[in-house]
Amino acid sequence: MTKRIVILGGGTGGTLTANRLRRELSTHDATITVVDQDDHHIYQPGLLFVPFGLTAPADIVKLRHQQLHHGIDFVEQPIERVDIDAQVVHLGDGRQLPYDLLVIASGAVLAPEETEGLVFGDTVHTFYDLAGSTALAEKLATFSGGRLVVNVVDMPIKCPVAPLEFCFLADWYFTERGIRDRVELIFATPLDAAFTKPVAAERLAHLLAEKGVAMVTEFNTGEVDGAGGKLVAYDGREQPFDLAVVVPMHAGAAYVGRSPGLGDELNFVPTDPHTLQSTVRPNIFVIGDATTVPASKAGSVTHFEGEVLVENILRFLADRPLDASYDGHANCFIETGFGKALLIDFNYDTEPLPGHYPSRIGMPLLKESRMNHLGKLMFQWFYWHTLLPARHVPGIESPMPHGGKELPADEIHQEAHV
Amino acid sequence: MSTTTLAGTPVEVNDEGFFVDPNQWTREMAEEMARADGIDELTPQHWQVIDFMRSEYFAKGTGPTVRILGKSSGVAVKELYQLFPKGPAKMAARIAGIPKPKGCI
Repeated sequence: MTKRIVILGGGTGGTLTANRLRRELSTHDATITVVDQDDHHIYQPGLLFVPFGLTAPADIVKLRHQQLHHGIDFVEQPIERVDIDAQVVHLGDGRQLPYDLLVIASGAVLAPEETEGLVFGDTVHTFYDLAGSTALAEKLATFSGGRLVVNVVDMPIKCPVAPLEFCFLADWYFTERGIRDRVELIFATPLDAAFTKPVAAERLAHLLAEKGVAMVTEFNTGEVDGAGGKLVAYDGREQPFDLAVVVPMHAGAAYVGRSPGLGDELNFVPTDPHTLQSTVRPNIFVIGDATTVPASKAGSVTHFEGEVLVENILRFLADRPLDASYDGHANCFIETGFGKALLIDFNYDTEPLPGHYPSRIGMPLLKESRMNHLGKLMFQWFYWHTLLPARHVPGIESPMPHGGKELPADEIHQEAHV
Repeated sequence: MSTTTLAGTPVEVNDEGFFVDPNQWTREMAEEMARADGIDELTPQHWQVIDFMRSEYFAKGTGPTVRILGKSSGVAVKELYQLFPKGPAKMAARIAGIPKPKGCI
């Protein structure tokens, strides 16, 4: 019998899953329907470059339906809720979409309303959505100097390195404009270090210091006072600003909260970190930012998950055990300004380490280089033409490669005993 | 990792003072740790948070973040900071005898 596969979300995860499934399953095997509330697919890594005039907003948006292969239905409708017992998706216009298998790929949304006083305006900005980064570009172009505070309100956020990249690029941008000496750059984070993983955190903290960016740790923003020009932490500490660039709290899509039994307190969907099957119903699978898996909310994670997810969906449909396993592989280019970037590569068990990717001969890891910057620029082409259509690229595989990494002495010792 | 004595019983804690085995924890130990952290007396509100942290830990394998505490423990985030001034998630997790919440990746 023909199975009905419904995919909620037409972003990175939804698109690459739909395309991969369509290639594996005939139209007799399954119908594939992708639902999204709009038809604008944003290349999210580009949002970082918009404020600095390095890319135009229009250059990072394409139509969602055009990224989907022939034989995939696209429905442009808001999602009202999912009835996980009746196996039906209720759409905004009252239509109902019954499914045999559901894929949640609706990502994360910004939740500024969860922070007291966080309203975007003249002195309080964000670059985490298209409207925000576009407005910030105008603001930065006329910014003549003062205290610029980059603040992450709380984890988890999409692309945890992006706020650091913003600091590095701001240092470059104001240097280019000849006013760097008039701009004080501050990075205020709720974490106790620059990043969540120790080796990379140390390297990134060093880079912040080199570029004259002051780091304030364990700063848990309780209130944003736009009129008074200050961030107030729950412990009473204050950060005065002339311009605040705030990364607001994130949550899962609102419809998840309206669907009884589907999500957690933050509207993310509880997901097995290895099989990517939801733990709420066996016929619901989850990919990308919408999951609760302990990996970064990032496109590379979604990309590497895709291969495992599709393999397990095919197994599920064939009543076979789900033995494909995701290892938490993530990698990202970290733009550091002045035409350079770092690359980090890690998974659930191995933190980002120095070395080369994907093997001993390859791009340098945890080290600034022009090659990594070019890699970051080329990635946009790769995203639209290879990643979304789910074309296979030799060397870029789902499991994390160990070959090029310089393991610390004690880990080499441990591995020798395994 | 080291061994410390709480309420007259030796317990194993890590470098930051978090319990290695949450089953070694007793309420008397919590009171003693709280006093050492500058909380003279654990009020019913403190206990509400501590009990919530332990039940979340045993249900989910990790302690809740401040944000989830604020949404689900019945105590608002602002009050959480008044109850546990050194940072609710970490400080309350330590007193509740559970590992440091993973929270953020």
